[in-house]
Amino acid sequence: MIVKKLIAAASLAALSAAGLSAPAMAGGAKVGMITTLSGGGAALGIDVRDGFMMAIEQSGNKDIEVIVEDSQRKPDVAVQLADKMVQSDKVDVLTGIIWSNIAMAVVPAVTAQGKFYISPNAGPSGLAGKGCHKNYFNVSWQNDDFNEAAGNYANDEGIGKVFLLAPNYPAGKDMIAGFKRTYKGEISEEVYTKLGQTDYAAEIAQIRASDADLVYFFLPGGMGISFMKQYAGSGVDKPVMGPAFSFDQGILGAIGDAALGVKNTSHWSKDLDNAANKAFVKDFQDKYGRLPSLYAAQGFDAGLLLVSALEKADIKDADAFRAALEEADFDSVRGKFKFSPNHHPVHDIYMREVVKEGDVVTNRVIGVASKDHTNIYNAECKM
Amino acid sequence: MSLLLFIEQVLNGLQFGVMLFLMAAGLTLIFGVMGLINLAHGSLYMIGAFAAAAVSAATGSFLLGLAASLAAAAAAGALIEVVVIRRLYDKDHLDQVLATFALILIFSEGTRWVFGSFPLYLDVPSYLAGSVTLPGGIEYPLYRLAIIAIGLLVAAGLFALIAWTRIGIQIRAGESDREMIAVLGVNISALYTIVFALGAALAGFAGALIGAIQSVQVGMGEPVLILAFVVIVIGGIGSIKGALVGAILVGLTDTLGRTLLPVAFDTFMTASAANAVGSALASMSIYILMAVLLVFKPTGLFGSA
Repeated sequence: MIVKKLIAAASLAALSAAGLSAPAMAGGAKVGMITTLSGGGAALGIDVRDGFMMAIEQSGNKDIEVIVEDSQRKPDVAVQLADKMVQSDKVDVLTGIIWSNIAMAVVPAVTAQGKFYISPNAGPSGLAGKGCHKNYFNVSWQNDDFNEAAGNYANDEGIGKVFLLAPNYPAGKDMIAGFKRTYKGEISEEVYTKLGQTDYAAEIAQIRASDADLVYFFLPGGMGISFMKQYAGSGVDKPVMGPAFSFDQGILGAIGDAALGVKNTSHWSKDLDNAANKAFVKDFQDKYGRLPSLYAAQGFDAGLLLVSALEKADIKDADAFRAALEEADFDSVRGKFKFSPNHHPVHDIYMREVVKEGDVVTNRVIGVASKDHTNIYNAECKM
Repeated sequence: MSLLLFIEQVLNGLQFGVMLFLMAAGLTLIFGVMGLINLAHGSLYMIGAFAAAAVSAATGSFLLGLAASLAAAAAAGALIEVVVIRRLYDKDHLDQVLATFALILIFSEGTRWVFGSFPLYLDVPSYLAGSVTLPGGIEYPLYRLAIIAIGLLVAAGLFALIAWTRIGIQIRAGESDREMIAVLGVNISALYTIVFALGAALAGFAGALIGAIQSVQVGMGEPVLILAFVVIVIGGIGSIKGALVGAILVGLTDTLGRTLLPVAFDTFMTASAANAVGSALASMSIYILMAVLLVFKPTGLFGSA
């Protein structure tokens, strides 16, 4: 009996001692990351994960625990993972989703259960307007951002007629709608292809026959690689432009010289001139041995946002933590960053050009396409 | 739509069809001779593309890359035939689907393990880059013309192989009566391995040829595999002639459907509605073709009951 009491007392003392010696700065959190680590879109998820983990590691906050799971790019798998993370792992924050359709399937259920969701990629309009939520924070972009900026740029350049090309699915139509919202010139033709199509000979023939001055396209991942290689071999010389998704660092290596000179809009580029970005690009290369893509930058920003909020508030106090997130008090690698009323970024969208630096095909900023860009869905959002 | 554009689209359809033929030929041979449904055929296509990308990056020669794709895919084919597929011949189709589906997962993750998750670089060699002007003023990519020519050459070679060589006779005999040719003293297991490796090599070759103008990445084989299955169902399972005709039919239907349907609907609809209906219908066109054809010819164009 005495022994038991002694042990109890000793362990109590040990516990309180540990409690006292713990630094009174940043609190901990349990983070559930559902991202795409296998299949065709794996490169995107891996970059988001690596960027995010680097931010957590650099913060020195040892009490942030991250559980990483693979969505396999399947909404049903992602929904099951989210349930498991919320109910049995008891995570405080979720993050990591790459695809808009998966975000639509997972995010509303997660935020309804009082958890926070920080989006490092994918900003469907469904979560920005009427479907917005006070616990949903998008640190990447709203789907329309890059395209509205590109429309502005096309106006400034005096482009008279464009040929529009995108896959026939919601994000494809969103992107084209975003471009058309700001673009004032004429539309020569608008073509929607099957999602996952790999051969674009027929579309390229249509482009050749059209009277367009510019081709604007959104073909993410492998679709963009196929299109650019085939376009370069076709002898059609109309300039092409698009949102950055078809020209991120992971893809450019596979397209090679065929992408040179292509203009694309992005909120980030590895040559953005700010201290946070310079350190990020260098550290990422040192750690992983490759150039970061915009997905890695977004993962890193998501990690920084989380760390900054944990330094200000305890995650168990939801209102205080939300207020801390809203402040967005971190040095974003894209320079200026703040949240709009519906928790989406207000940021500059740059025009980049694909160039060759030594042997590496990469992007270079050539100007600002839209300053302090915010999305049009703020008005519809009632939190 | 001008006549020139139409002819260009027909060429595109032909090129797409020829590429599908390379995939479908192996699939239909394997099904015809061994009665095996091989879902992992798309993985062999991927292996060919990755082998070509790796070897041409290391040596700088596209031709060596092509040779490597043939060798790597044939070797992988022979290996899985001996290790896995051989145990499946007398099993139910469902067991075959399950086992070959597992092979897809193994090959995909294995490839990711070796080459990483980022797409590889493989480009058209300089002597086939750019476009040529055909009679009539059509500007057409040289590389696509080369694919058409190579595909037709391979088709001719396959027909010759099946019609005139000893192994071809054995393949045809195997298709019509498996037990009998075993009884007649043909080494059936060696024959099966050879046929499987041949089919795999064709798939790998197609992967390498197409990889140069598309993206070389994990999972690239599965979309093509589905189309190849449509081709062999249309052409008649087990028939090489059927695979050729089916492939060109599917290639032309898909390409022309994509370009002509929106134009056709445009004549009596508003532009945006025509676009939406046209492109939706175009992505279904080959499946509609297959369904209609099966109503009239349940065994496909050249299939035997």
